[in-house]
Amino acid sequence: MSAQDLLSVRDLHVSFRVGGLPARLAGRATEIEAVSGVSFELQRGTTFALVGESGSGKTTLARTLNGLQPVKAGTILFEGKELQGLSDAQMKPVRRRMPMMFQDPVGSLSPRLSVRSLLSEPFIIHGLSNRDLNAEVTRLLTLVGLPRDFAERYPHQLSGGQARRVGVARAIALDPVLVVADEPTAGLDVSVQGEVLNLLNDLRDRMGLSMLIITHNLHVVRQIADRMAVMYLGRFVEQGETEAIFRAPHHPYTAALLSANPEPDPDRVHQRITLPADVPSLLARPTGCEFHTRCQQAQARCAVDVPVPATVGDTRLTCHFPLNI
Amino acid sequence: MAVLAVNNLSVAFHTESGRLEALKDVSFSVPANRSVGVVGESGCGKSTLINAILGLLADNGEISAGEIVFEDDKDLARLDAAAMRNLRGQRIATVFQDPMGALNPVLSVGRQMRDIQYRSGLSKRDKDARSVAMLRKVRIPDPESRLAQFPHEFSGGMKQRIAIAMALMMEPALLIADEPTTALDATLEVATIELLKDLQREIGCSVLFISHHLGVIAELCDEMIVMYAGEVVESGTTREIFHDARHPYTQRLLACDPARLSRRVPRLPTIAGTLPDLRRRPSGCVFQPRCDRADAQCLEVPPAAPIGGSHIARCWHADIPLGVSA
Repeated sequence: MSAQDLLSVRDLHVSFRVGGLPARLAGRATEIEAVSGVSFELQRGTTFALVGESGSGKTTLARTLNGLQPVKAGTILFEGKELQGLSDAQMKPVRRRMPMMFQDPVGSLSPRLSVRSLLSEPFIIHGLSNRDLNAEVTRLLTLVGLPRDFAERYPHQLSGGQARRVGVARAIALDPVLVVADEPTAGLDVSVQGEVLNLLNDLRDRMGLSMLIITHNLHVVRQIADRMAVMYLGRFVEQGETEAIFRAPHHPYTAALLSANPEPDPDRVHQRITLPADVPSLLARPTGCEFHTRCQQAQARCAVDVPVPATVGDTRLTCHFPLNI
Repeated sequence: MAVLAVNNLSVAFHTESGRLEALKDVSFSVPANRSVGVVGESGCGKSTLINAILGLLADNGEISAGEIVFEDDKDLARLDAAAMRNLRGQRIATVFQDPMGALNPVLSVGRQMRDIQYRSGLSKRDKDARSVAMLRKVRIPDPESRLAQFPHEFSGGMKQRIAIAMALMMEPALLIADEPTTALDATLEVATIELLKDLQREIGCSVLFISHHLGVIAELCDEMIVMYAGEVVESGTTREIFHDARHPYTQRLLACDPARLSRRVPRLPTIAGTLPDLRRRPSGCVFQPRCDRADAQCLEVPPAAPIGGSHIARCWHADIPLGVSA
């Protein structure tokens, strides 16, 4: 871990028990590894994006960083401190520094609390209710560009974009250094999506925040992330600088994802890489390179040998036959 | 021939705080074997439009004017509930955003696919055979054995393909797809669009496709309408609108799509201002309060200006193409 690293994750494994006793008696697998051997660093003041199919482990990884999911193996160093094995009480001050924004802007706000209560809640939870909460609520509303009188509204009286702003305000209420945002713009219209992303970028610059963003919108990734990682079946198959990956993806899965990105031009002739649609089950991971069942470049050894992580320039990837070399 | 022709449709809701006009003077048609896309921001009336077509408006909503002509002889705005029930699922089918919400979690997929054929008069065995054939069409591998499985045993992309199979089972004349790819990632999204295109050709149905993802509309649809605050502000072929949008709202909306930016920009484009309160519509052009081209003329209701071909823009200044500032 270098001095600029805010977060350093090494060989992280997270698993879930499935099937229970019937599966165990039948001799089937009783555990799935949702996150498997993930390593990355996040530097101060930068944005890191996680992309990948639904079910690839993005949300599980984010929840694990926040201590909402136990670690099976590996280390998570945040501000130089090991998070693995911390109790819930010990995690509490960490969550102040690393708030999380959950999916679904309206659904992640309690429908029975006013915006004022929603924005006061972080202070109360962290024992800071001696602060002037009215002033804090006004400060937060101003920061995220909402009028003051929104404090008296309830979530159902907010549009998706406004609810998302309230979510951002909650996340930055205390003294965050890293905001973990799970699909911050999913379900928002393009113009509102632009507003939310501009707001996140502004706050990053003004407050020196770092961000970990989960999204499946690749156009969004390109606009806000300095570095990105592509997840497949719980593993990082490729990670590096966003621009470098967009220019020349090395992993065939990354190349397929980028080529599949629908573009607003009806006349565009697509040079698409089509993947067989069936994603393997985590209960029966393919042998060798786990992507070989859907990969167009796959050769005999891909089904047998597990590829060793390799480095091309600044990009780290796991593939026997990388592209664009 | 149009499968669906919506003529001067207005829908109002009676709310505690007054009458809200959710759709105002909406006209468009869906020709046979064509796909028509509907774009617009949340709150622009896309869902109200679908609910009006399907006869599923909430109790406080009413069709205050206009007609919805389906297959030339039925006005859905005036059809009684029983006749409407006969059309839904048979002649008009729907696919929604959340496939899990469309499937019953406690019934096997085979049972659900059998149930929707209840009017076909086929034997159980024949119904299952049709289900298998339909699942094969949507590329579910090994469909015979999967009939006995439950929705949670399928991935998200597969569930959406099953929902599409069920919608197309009765070979409807019109498929209404409401954001069917929003929950899927890029590779599955593209696969689903390709599948819809193939099935549409095969079955010969028309598609009304609602999405706020402009890229998806560009790929799938032949024609499109752009909605703003319950009005159709522009309509035409997909090519006309993506290459030569004339309504300032459409132009701004297209400019906001990050997919149009080939490199990283310091600030993403947005549309200043907010949607008008539909209880108090602005006078004249509905986009006028947010439009940088607005002048005195815009306080009058704009005409549907013909641009050429089927392309229409409801704007006093529709002569200014994209990229030319006012």
